[in-house]
Amino acid sequence: MAVAPAMHGTIAEFDDPDALLAATIHARDAGYTHMEAYSPLPIHGLADALGFNDYRIPRFAFAGGLVGGLTGMFGLWYVSVIDYPLNVGGKPLFSWPQFIPVAYEATILFAAGMTFLACWALNGLPKVYHPVFNARNFDRASQDRFFLCIEVTDPIYDERGTAEFLAHQEGVLNVSEVEK
Amino acid sequence: MATQPIQTELKTRPTYERFIDGEHDYTSITEIISDVVLSPRPPVAWFLAFGFGFFFVNIFLMAVTWLVLRGTGVWGNNIPVGWAWDIINFVWWIGIGHAGTLISAILLLMRQQWRNSINRFAEAMTIFAVVCAGMYPLLHTGRPWCDYWLFPYPNILGMWPQFRSPLEWDVFAVSTYFTVSLLFWFLGLVPDIASLRDKSTHPLAKWAYGIACLGWRGAARHWARYEQATMILAGVSAPLVLSVHTIVSFDFAVGIVPGWHTTIFPPYFVAGAVFAGFAMVLTFGLPIRVLYPRLKDYITDKHLDWMAKITLATGLIVFYGYILEMFYGMYSGNTYEIALVMNRLFGPYKWFYYALIFCNGIAPQALWIPSLRRHVPFLWIMSLIVGVGMWLERFVIIPMSLTRDFLPSNWGAYDPTFWDWALFLGTMGLFTFLFFLFIKFLPMINLFEMRELLHSIHSHDHATAVREGRDPGHGGHGGNGGTTRDAGMPGYEQDQAATRPLADGA
Repeated sequence: MAVAPAMHGTIAEFDDPDALLAATIHARDAGYTHMEAYSPLPIHGLADALGFNDYRIPRFAFAGGLVGGLTGMFGLWYVSVIDYPLNVGGKPLFSWPQFIPVAYEATILFAAGMTFLACWALNGLPKVYHPVFNARNFDRASQDRFFLCIEVTDPIYDERGTAEFLAHQEGVLNVSEVEK
Repeated sequence: MATQPIQTELKTRPTYERFIDGEHDYTSITEIISDVVLSPRPPVAWFLAFGFGFFFVNIFLMAVTWLVLRGTGVWGNNIPVGWAWDIINFVWWIGIGHAGTLISAILLLMRQQWRNSINRFAEAMTIFAVVCAGMYPLLHTGRPWCDYWLFPYPNILGMWPQFRSPLEWDVFAVSTYFTVSLLFWFLGLVPDIASLRDKSTHPLAKWAYGIACLGWRGAARHWARYEQATMILAGVSAPLVLSVHTIVSFDFAVGIVPGWHTTIFPPYFVAGAVFAGFAMVLTFGLPIRVLYPRLKDYITDKHLDWMAKITLATGLIVFYGYILEMFYGMYSGNTYEIALVMNRLFGPYKWFYYALIFCNGIAPQALWIPSLRRHVPFLWIMSLIVGVGMWLERFVIIPMSLTRDFLPSNWGAYDPTFWDWALFLGTMGLFTFLFFLFIKFLPMINLFEMRELLHSIHSHDHATAVREGRDPGHGGHGGNGGTTRDAGMPGYEQDQAATRPLADGA
């Protein structure tokens, strides 16, 4: 007999963002912790309902900006004072007001670059394969359908009980299992 | 229904203005916008526009080849006009890009939801405009293969770029602008490319979109980080876009040539950039509405109206700049500045100056009339007039000042050559070529932001219906959990407080 495929979780499909949000809140209140909601548009409050509390991206952006600004200013100081001092009409070598535009652009460049990289790195992307892509109808998760997946790793996950719980949510279209 | 507690029903920021015409749901939005990309045969007009672009791309390649073979002497640049079409067109193109960043970043920070349907192609225009702009200084160096010398890197010559020069600032401003615009554009594209991955049927398209969307799966935690990143990128793009044209204006304002050395330049250049940019968005956006009529529900007449209003407003700022330039010249008491004002009004290039005042100062006043702001052919012609006007502005600033500097023995004249024209028309072709490639291969309207807009319209309709005691007719789950929807969004709290008493009284 063939080995039963490993399970990723149980997934419910909705056609309305507010129904998904409501179901997610119910699942959280029921004690589920290992779950993820999928939607074709950002829904405010959905990540909060999943217990999302990650605000590292702004810190990365700030750090990037700081490093960029300091690199710009110190870089120009090094070039103008240490490596290639050039006396222009007796003006000071460290004529910092003239270095502001470059330092300013470097601040923005580094902040934007760090934000971009942090966004993908913290999201664990690029990642071409994920078990949830096996879910029924999941190609519509990027178009017009909304999904809530409770994963088998959840301490209170129970194949039948979880499926029943999801099936009782308002606005649910169908509930199915997701193979790994 | 009216007796139920309904404070949870409120979408806290009422969307009184509707930016989607007709009946739409998430399915139809996805369908209509991705059809432009996925339909096997684009309309004939697409081929015509693309062919036009392709033809001029070839002209562009010829112009560049000839330039590289023979040197910058093939241009009309001479002494005293060492800078001519290369800098005129550089400034013109880079200004055109600014509208895209204004729409994508500044209007996002201001929560202007009407931007959702126009930001994607405006951002694409930003990137293509910067590509066209960048060609000019890179080619004007005469040896474009040595252009990496512009960047500071440790080298065996023991030399560094001149960091006290606005031209070197330009290198940093423009390259940062290009990079950040590209990152921002790509970030916005990822979820939409995922939609294309899931909608396309051709294996090659599925594979290519699958790679490009980085495996996006629309997880709520991903969206949350994604929105953080979007807001930060918008937040850094807003000061960036202001700095870019400011630094471009320093190229002139830091110089001592009559007509350049004024403090009005930075704000007046930035306003002019947005003015020209919105005109270009209209120049390309209006034909696209004709080419793909189903998109008219998303790029509505109201969008045209509001874009025309921004064009008018920035046009007035620019016109104010022209008046102040005259004032500065006369008020300076400086012989050379006064002579320059006289030269603009009565000199050999006076018709360019009068045409400039007509195009940028007088003609846009027609946009005060509401019906003309929605009149598509009129608006299109107006956008072309503004495009020409902004080009003339740079012509007036650059060769008119350079041909009449301090010593009459230095005076000269300037005429563009065939190769100036070829390169300029060539960059227009390059822009058109890239733009039409873009609308064929990537969604030109932001899919997920349109869904978001629809969601907020639905929520608003639902709340209104409940408040007025009607059946909302939307399955009844629209309001569940509504209070959490905007949790943690400080900007909304005031609105919430303002609307709640109204709801309680209903």
